[in-house]
Amino acid sequence: MPDVLIIGAGPAGLSAARAARRLGAAVTLLDSSDELGGQYWRHLPPSRPSERESVLHHGWATFTALRSELETDDGCTIIRGASVWAIETRDGRPGAVFAVIGEPDGAGRSQRVFEPDALVLATGAHDRTLPFPGWDLPGVFTAGAAQALAKGERVAIGSRVLVAGAGPFLLPVAASLVATGSTVIGVYEANRTKSLLAGWLPKPWQLLRAAKKGTELAGYVLNHLQHRIPYRLGVAVVRADGTDRVETVTIARVDASWAPIPGTEQTIAVDAVCVGHGFTPRLELALAAGCALGADDFVTVDEGQQTSVSSVYAAGEITGIGGVDLALAEGEIAGHVAAGGSVLDARLASALAHRRTYLAFADRIENAHGIETGWQGWLTDDTVVCRCEEVSYGDLCGAVAATGGASLRSVKLSSRAGLGICQGRVCGRTVEELLSTLSPGHSDGPGHSDGPRSAAADRVRTDRRPIAVPLRLGELAAEPG
Amino acid sequence: MTSFLLPPSDDPIRPAEASGIRIAVDGRPVDGLAGQSIAGVLLGSGTLAWRTTSKNARPRGVFCGIGVCYDCLVEVNGQRDVRACQRRAADGDTVSTQYDALPEVAEPIELPGEADGRA
Amino acid sequence: MRVIVIGGGIIGAATARSLSRRGIDVTVLERGRNVGGTSSGGEGNLLLSDKGPGDELRLTQYSSTLWPVVDAELRDELGPAFPSVEFERKGGVVVATTAQGAQPLHDFAALQRTAGVDARPVSRDDALLLEPHLNPAITAAIHYPEDAQVQPVIMTEALIASAKLSGAQFFENEAVLAGIRSPGGELVGVRTTRGTHHADAVVVAAGPWSGDVSEALGLSLPVKPRRGMVLVTSRMPHRIFHKVYDGDYVGVVGSSNAALQTSSVIETTAAGTVLIGSSRQQIGFDTRLTVAVLRELAQKALRLFPFLSEMMVMRSYGGFRPFMPDHLPVIGPDPRLPGLWHATGHEGAGIGLSVATGAMLADLLAGAPPALDAAPFSPARASLAPFLAPFLTPFPDSRAA
Repeated sequence: MPDVLIIGAGPAGLSAARAARRLGAAVTLLDSSDELGGQYWRHLPPSRPSERESVLHHGWATFTALRSELETDDGCTIIRGASVWAIETRDGRPGAVFAVIGEPDGAGRSQRVFEPDALVLATGAHDRTLPFPGWDLPGVFTAGAAQALAKGERVAIGSRVLVAGAGPFLLPVAASLVATGSTVIGVYEANRTKSLLAGWLPKPWQLLRAAKKGTELAGYVLNHLQHRIPYRLGVAVVRADGTDRVETVTIARVDASWAPIPGTEQTIAVDAVCVGHGFTPRLELALAAGCALGADDFVTVDEGQQTSVSSVYAAGEITGIGGVDLALAEGEIAGHVAAGGSVLDARLASALAHRRTYLAFADRIENAHGIETGWQGWLTDDTVVCRCEEVSYGDLCGAVAATGGASLRSVKLSSRAGLGICQGRVCGRTVEELLSTLSPGHSDGPGHSDGPRSAAADRVRTDRRPIAVPLRLGELAAEPG
Repeated sequence: MTSFLLPPSDDPIRPAEASGIRIAVDGRPVDGLAGQSIAGVLLGSGTLAWRTTSKNARPRGVFCGIGVCYDCLVEVNGQRDVRACQRRAADGDTVSTQYDALPEVAEPIELPGEADGRA
Repeated sequence: MRVIVIGGGIIGAATARSLSRRGIDVTVLERGRNVGGTSSGGEGNLLLSDKGPGDELRLTQYSSTLWPVVDAELRDELGPAFPSVEFERKGGVVVATTAQGAQPLHDFAALQRTAGVDARPVSRDDALLLEPHLNPAITAAIHYPEDAQVQPVIMTEALIASAKLSGAQFFENEAVLAGIRSPGGELVGVRTTRGTHHADAVVVAAGPWSGDVSEALGLSLPVKPRRGMVLVTSRMPHRIFHKVYDGDYVGVVGSSNAALQTSSVIETTAAGTVLIGSSRQQIGFDTRLTVAVLRELAQKALRLFPFLSEMMVMRSYGGFRPFMPDHLPVIGPDPRLPGLWHATGHEGAGIGLSVATGAMLADLLAGAPPALDAAPFSPARASLAPFLAPFLTPFPDSRAA
């Protein structure tokens, strides 16, 4: 049976591991955390066990079943604290996967090189948060930070918290905050009723089929009603103020393009702001493995979740933001096929049906909650765009103006936007979008025209990180033992 | 008010009592619970910011909380650039906050005797 | 006079600037975006330390005198709103780490001094004054105060902006498909993906892709890509103050060995990160990551600065140097085809040599005597003849016509 290496132990990776084991493959499951479950099932460490984790989680029983099955299975090797920092491609094979194993950002971690028969990438996604004046103040958090601290540590980011951004993920975040003792002042969704309806309503039967998901969301809505948390549409955070930490936040009504409507600003005292505008897939390992992306900047997969590279599979958020149920279905298919199974196998019928249902559901969500371009209207010249290198919107405008519309790559290298230690994970897509507004047709490309192919090349450059996660030079210098 | 650790007695999920740990942050003792991240210990103690940025000397703490943004970097037991949100705190950890000033473009050093010309 | 320059990298930009400042009508054609190739894939070195006496050193010394002038001109022309090109004459320190390596380093420095290079042997203690975090186990050190650096992308953009101010036109995403010949056989223009351009001369400044471009114009040129990789650390407290190299850098540059070669070139950037270069591989235009290359770079860097072991490496990047078989750039008219000019083949020194290359080419094209004898760089030079001859394709000889 083939050796299957799975990177990422969130819903997709766990599901892939179980499916691959079902066919008898030797499975190795890597995750950078020392706990399984990924961001979605982030939970308290063994030193603080709770019998009632299910209160905070959707599908907690699914997780504990997966975990105990895999942890007690000798055919599944789980390696925690494994940071995959590079993949070398090999013709016709998944390539060599380089990992350091040990404490996060430790020194002298042990090194492993894996050359599996099949590779399943389930690296997930992280929050996308659009910049606004003051978003670099302490006390402004991504939605994911609020969630991780609440679920993983029972730490609340503040007492009076305003939640804003776009997407259904804001609801569970607000629920977690409440369950951790915060007062949530309100949840502000930038999209308006009309666009939400347009997104949700064309095929309501698909929503019904996504019944579980519906229940999950319904639960959060109920939670909102119980806690009397206002949920307002067409409102965005347009700035945060404070001396050395956030003290007030200003919200404003926005039009359908998310452009703030002058005169509608309202300033509210808070001690924390939690903002998320959706998700960015974590693509660096997929790109390192040579996987092609689609026009939507997600990993392209076939019916069996195989990427453009033979024996490399992708599942979960890197193939499209679709939520936990889609991730579980995709993971099952990927693990099954990676282990040598057929996509026609009757055992996959239910996973395939689920995937169809939840893919349609994911499209609805994207249509309803996607980022519009008007947000650029709330930027000021001194708004930090690249947090690592403290490059402001004015700096970017200046670099574009001074060079007369240089390429994205050139502007990034000149301004240092995206060149800091996060490697553009936080600002990369934002910088791309700002530059395409500031300098239309900015795209780089080795091609002979400035068509869409060039725009795709830009994107790939932003997401390509040959060293996928920083490691110590001493670790890089050491020959793997 | 600011960030806080929810006391187990108030917690709807009733986590088990965990043993306490103490770390030193720039020499100041900060208490937390076993299994917390360094960021969690700091936020739990009401500290929102610890790193100072290089260009504008602004305060930063946790932003993404999941190891992506690197805003929360600290030095732990002499090891720089550790993501406080990813590293679990251990009792007795010595944490130092980071401020890495940008390099100054300095005039070249003249070594003693070098000004006399090419040796 | 009208001149077409092919290539929007630093050589094309410097050439366009020098030409347009002489009142020559310049059109620059770039198949992708400007500064998208070699010019954005390297470190921005302006080095005298790695060059022995000879023509390349003379060109480098010429360039070294131009840099402060160009830097001041650019600041004056472009104003404070333009990002700084980060020109800094921070100096280099070349060290040997082995007993055998010490004497060759001193001998090389002595040779360089005969050619006017400021190469100062320094004691171990003085080397540690210059670089307090250097491995104290070094066996020899030479200080080169003239070595300088520049931010290559900003520098190229600045040269482009300056050239535009003098009237040069830049067309991006326009690839050259073929040459246009006069009835007499002279090259009088190019056909591109977007149309045609006519000119009195066509300058190929396409770096490692110059061979392809020359072939499109009807002639081959033996330029080959030589891949280089650089590691970038995260920002750290300022501990490396010069460009610091290990001594075998010199031997590597002069070598034709296609296999992997690395030697350490370590320096701090204006952003506080440290660059660790660089490798040299002749593997065509292969961009695949090879961990062994990065590992060797890291190993050599730690020999010079052991403290780097604890620092984070966050990125690697690389590019393709235009490599000539006789280790000299080609600057000047191609004897085989009137109207065709070359400005390429600078290997890893193109950033440093760009301003001299532009100035020399502008002098030659304008019929003025160049400040430095251009004959050693001519495509007609003897050392290049063996490499050109087998590639010669028939072309109409305009001189006979």
